Amino acid sequence: MSDMARFFDMGGYALYVWSAYGLVAVVLAANVAGPWFRQRRLLRRLAERDSAEER
Amino acid sequence: MQRRRQRMLFAGVILTGVAAAAALAVRGLGENMLFFFSPSQVAAGEVPAGQSVRVGGLVVRGSVVRDSGLEVRFALSDGAESVLVRYEGILPDLFREGQGIVARGRLLTGGEFAAEEVLAKHDENYMPPEVAEALEIAREGGQIPAADAGP
Amino acid sequence: MRTPFNHLAAPMHFYRWGARLVPWLGACTVVLLALGWWGGLVLAPPDYQQGDGFRIIYVHVPSAWMSLFVYVVMAGAGAVALIWRVKLAEVLMAASAPLGAWFTFLALATGSIWGKPMWGTYWVWDARLTSELILLFLYLGVIALLAANEDRRRASRAAAVLALVGVVNVPIIHFSVQWWSTLHQGPSVGSFGAPSIHSSMLVPLLVSALAFKCYYLTVLIMRARCEIVERERNSAWVREMLPR
Repeated sequence: MSDMARFFDMGGYALYVWSAYGLVAVVLAANVAGPWFRQRRLLRRLAERDSAEER
Repeated sequence: MQRRRQRMLFAGVILTGVAAAAALAVRGLGENMLFFFSPSQVAAGEVPAGQSVRVGGLVVRGSVVRDSGLEVRFALSDGAESVLVRYEGILPDLFREGQGIVARGRLLTGGEFAAEEVLAKHDENYMPPEVAEALEIAREGGQIPAADAGP
Repeated sequence: MRTPFNHLAAPMHFYRWGARLVPWLGACTVVLLALGWWGGLVLAPPDYQQGDGFRIIYVHVPSAWMSLFVYVVMAGAGAVALIWRVKLAEVLMAASAPLGAWFTFLALATGSIWGKPMWGTYWVWDARLTSELILLFLYLGVIALLAANEDRRRASRAAAVLALVGVVNVPIIHFSVQWWSTLHQGPSVGSFGAPSIHSSMLVPLLVSALAFKCYYLTVLIMRARCEIVERERNSAWVREMLPR
């Protein structure tokens, strides 16, 4: 087995190790994306509300 | 006012749900506060016969006997007393002599323990194989070979 | 009573210096996480007993440690909000709750995945696992209470009370493996005595744990800033800084 293949095989525990890391990566990424996009949406919506009021 | 009452009801329902869930969890826990009996407790007669309980200990070296098919017998010890366990089924990966094991089943009248489930309980030690080997050799009173020792 | 602390804690000021901190904390998170997981997945040797399977430790333990740490921060913020009525404390409590819940979920899920090959089961009702599950329920309860009442003050008060009542669970979780017989093993990195984990495996774990702390701070500030904009949306300073 090549070094790379051996790394991914994780001594036979590949399924367990990678699903654990995968789950964590997804959750951590989602929790950053959430506030990031929410902030932008919020500011945009508030700006629209303000310009609508000005008219 | 209608909405406020709705919200309080909502909060009340949620809290009741949380309390119920926690109560269930604690009840599940209550039965398992003492997660397993030790072989000494078994020998002292603390274990009710016939009831589903758990027994934990270390697999005694040389005690593992595999019968036909998936049947296996082994002894669990806590250093002072030991319990004979019989089990039919797949054993966990970590099962081996000297390993910590927790078996769930019933204590038979003969003193043997009929297990329905066998789990491995590993300790909190993590180390590379070489270190483990060196410890094993040291424990058995041998010499740990020096790094540059010749054949 | 105006004190220098009031000034710093005012939502507007937190919003501004929070914006400056986030990129730094974010960069620290990425670097530390890369180092920690590289160390854990590649550099650390396999375990004598669990082989490469033990490497789940580098996601499971940091998640578990954070689930406890964030709860204490959340309860502390709740106490400050209750006693001194500090708006920022309410915001930090509200922002911490979902993060703590996610860390708890990850601790339980990665632990379950790890338990299957090593213990032979995905779940047992032992003291450690059960008390951690109760922690998740507590987080969900705090989140629900915050969402249930439009009156933010009242919602925060109720949530803070629940958070504080639940704090007793934190030492229970920590000491469960020592007080009762459990399937989950005792601490490898405890408060006293030498760690029972080899240094080559321990160092990536500590780095990963630090990375998770930086991550929490980064996302906490991001969430808190969102919360502040929503709460203060009618105030002058928010209107002024909106994009035109």
